[in-house]
Amino acid sequence: MTRAFLMRNPSVLWFLLALSLFTLAVTLLSEAGMGVLSTSFVKTLGKTLCLCLVALAMDLIWGYAGILSLGHMAFFALGGYLIGMWLMYARTEEIVVAALSSGPLPATPDEIRQGIATQIFGVVGASDMPAIWAQAHSLPAQLALVLIVPGALAGIFGWLAFRSRVTGVYLSILTQAMTLALALYLFQNDSGLRGNNGLSGLQNIPGLDGVPQETVSLWFFWASALALGLAYVVLSHVVSGKFGSVIRAIRDDEARVRFLGYSVEGYKLFVFTLTAMIAAVAGALYYPQAGIINPAELAPIASIYLAVWVAIGGRGRLYGAVIGAAFVSLLSSWFTGGRAPSVNLGFYTVNWVDWWLVLLGLSFVLVTLYAPKGLSGLIDAAQGLRVPDRKGAALGPDDGALMEQEGRE
Amino acid sequence: MSSLLEVSGVSVSFDGFRAINNLSFAIGPAELRAVIGPNGAGKTTFMDIVTGKTRPHEGRVLWGDPPVSLLKMTEAQIARAGVGRKFQRPTVFEDQTVDENLTMALKAPRNPFAVLRWRRAQADADRVAALAVEVGLGDQLPRKAGELSHGQKQWLEIGMLLAQEPRLLLVDEPAAGMTLAEREHTTRLLVDLAKTRAVVVVEHDMEFVRRLNCKVTVLHEGSVLAEGSLDHVTKNPAVIDVYLGRG
Ligand SMILES: Nc1ncnc2c1ncn2[C@@H]1O[C@H](COP(=O)(O)OP(=O)(O)OP(=O)(O)O)[C@@H](O)[C@H]1O
Ligand SMILES: [Mg+2]
Repeated sequence: MTRAFLMRNPSVLWFLLALSLFTLAVTLLSEAGMGVLSTSFVKTLGKTLCLCLVALAMDLIWGYAGILSLGHMAFFALGGYLIGMWLMYARTEEIVVAALSSGPLPATPDEIRQGIATQIFGVVGASDMPAIWAQAHSLPAQLALVLIVPGALAGIFGWLAFRSRVTGVYLSILTQAMTLALALYLFQNDSGLRGNNGLSGLQNIPGLDGVPQETVSLWFFWASALALGLAYVVLSHVVSGKFGSVIRAIRDDEARVRFLGYSVEGYKLFVFTLTAMIAAVAGALYYPQAGIINPAELAPIASIYLAVWVAIGGRGRLYGAVIGAAFVSLLSSWFTGGRAPSVNLGFYTVNWVDWWLVLLGLSFVLVTLYAPKGLSGLIDAAQGLRVPDRKGAALGPDDGALMEQEGRE
Repeated sequence: MSSLLEVSGVSVSFDGFRAINNLSFAIGPAELRAVIGPNGAGKTTFMDIVTGKTRPHEGRVLWGDPPVSLLKMTEAQIARAGVGRKFQRPTVFEDQTVDENLTMALKAPRNPFAVLRWRRAQADADRVAALAVEVGLGDQLPRKAGELSHGQKQWLEIGMLLAQEPRLLLVDEPAAGMTLAEREHTTRLLVDLAKTRAVVVVEHDMEFVRRLNCKVTVLHEGSVLAEGSLDHVTKNPAVIDVYLGRG
């Protein structure tokens, strides 16, 4: 990080400072320290950091490149599935080996493999290891697949969609269709990923039997914080340079960018694939903290939430995405966790578990209509930044272009 | 003389309406050409065809030596081959600074990987600063393009065109919205540029065209009506009839 880069991006220093202080505070307050925060709450916070990471990816593709993808949570879940395969395989292997070691003869590799397959796939009535689990025994291979599989899927999908110049609402619908198709496929028992049972027991890390969950949860929390911090620095660098300039130009007026000689389709594909891979990494860190993943995680609504977080935080600025994801997802788990006190109106009791979604939907509509900068508008106001006076005109002719009120003078 | 761009027998129709009708046009590697014609003559559509925005139904568009067809190339490939364009309405990136607009246009590798690694060298900074001075925006580099006046946006777009270092410039009504002094500046700039590259200027203003002092092509209903010096074409009865006579 050069000084010039930090001068141009003061938010990077503030962000890293806030993230380090937060990480330190959570560590000290956790059960490994003073014991104020429960292990399950540390996990919630760690998961929230992963959601902030996928929100960064969403901001890059939507806020900067102007492509409203409603499919990035599918890549997030795929990342979770791919790491979950190793977690489940290696964990089951330990159990099977232990069980077979009590027999008279040492178990053959074939017997072990068969035992693992029966253990994992018994719930869907199968006892053979599906072909897609071929590398599940190897952590490095599955880690590589966390990047390769979502990257390849995004690459193929993006190539088909962008090449035919599908944009705007149609593209968003296509990404939703992709998500839905993937979810429906995974719901099938013969998909090789245990149908609607999904993968479970992911919080038990193979080889770490002696380490208590309160410690493991902290390790994952730290890893999530590190990934978020790293992604923030790298993406700030990407968006503040010429690359950022080109993708913002594509967002506001892609036809004009073509006449400058930039291949708009190539850039869209690049950003789509890159953000899919970031989303997959976030998912690979999230699901070991969640402990379970099933196809419901790929529901199209999850990707819509992601867009709502970024919108509420303020698109087109990285800290906005992080603030939005953290704020809304924590608030959401508070409201839906039954901890928010019900409001008694006399004639009707507002039960937040039921009403939270209505509240969220309403805030989304209000933010879109009256405060398109979202929560980061507060930060702009504190810095004294004003909105340009463009008499209502957007900053470019394209659908994804920044609206007048999203601009900064 | 071999030509840099050769358009022959090109036709385009929009919903049955022939906007370009069997048009042929050629320009040399260092030549200035003015294209005039009444509203709707097809001047902008002609530029759309050369830059790949509109695909003709028939005809050929050949570029360079040895000649390659531009019809199989995308807009971005044509731009990279050396065709630069200035639009009739100024189109700059309003949310970005003058500096960013010029930097994006600067001649450099265009693929995402190269752009990701790109660092501004001193030479680039000097070039951007020099371009900004040339188009009269020397003190406006940190301003957002959206805050500029209409005339300044025109200039910024001309600056972006220069930054691309194209071999052929297509300039659609550059003088619209400019003051007299700015028009003279534009004329000098275009004449100067045409010493090293091909420049096609579409313009309505006859005074402006006269000052360019170059060969003129008159378009009418999608085809070439006359070609030659301004004095020559303005004496042509057909031209007087469709264009000058009406003004
Ligand atoms: N995309 C399109 N769809 C339908 N008709 C079009 C399209 N583009 C151009 N035209 C028509 O083709 C004809 C030529 O238009 P063009 O814009 O090339 O004219 P021009 O010579 O540039 O005129 P002006 O001097 O007004 O700029 C016009 O009649 C126009 O209405
Ligand atoms: Mg025109």
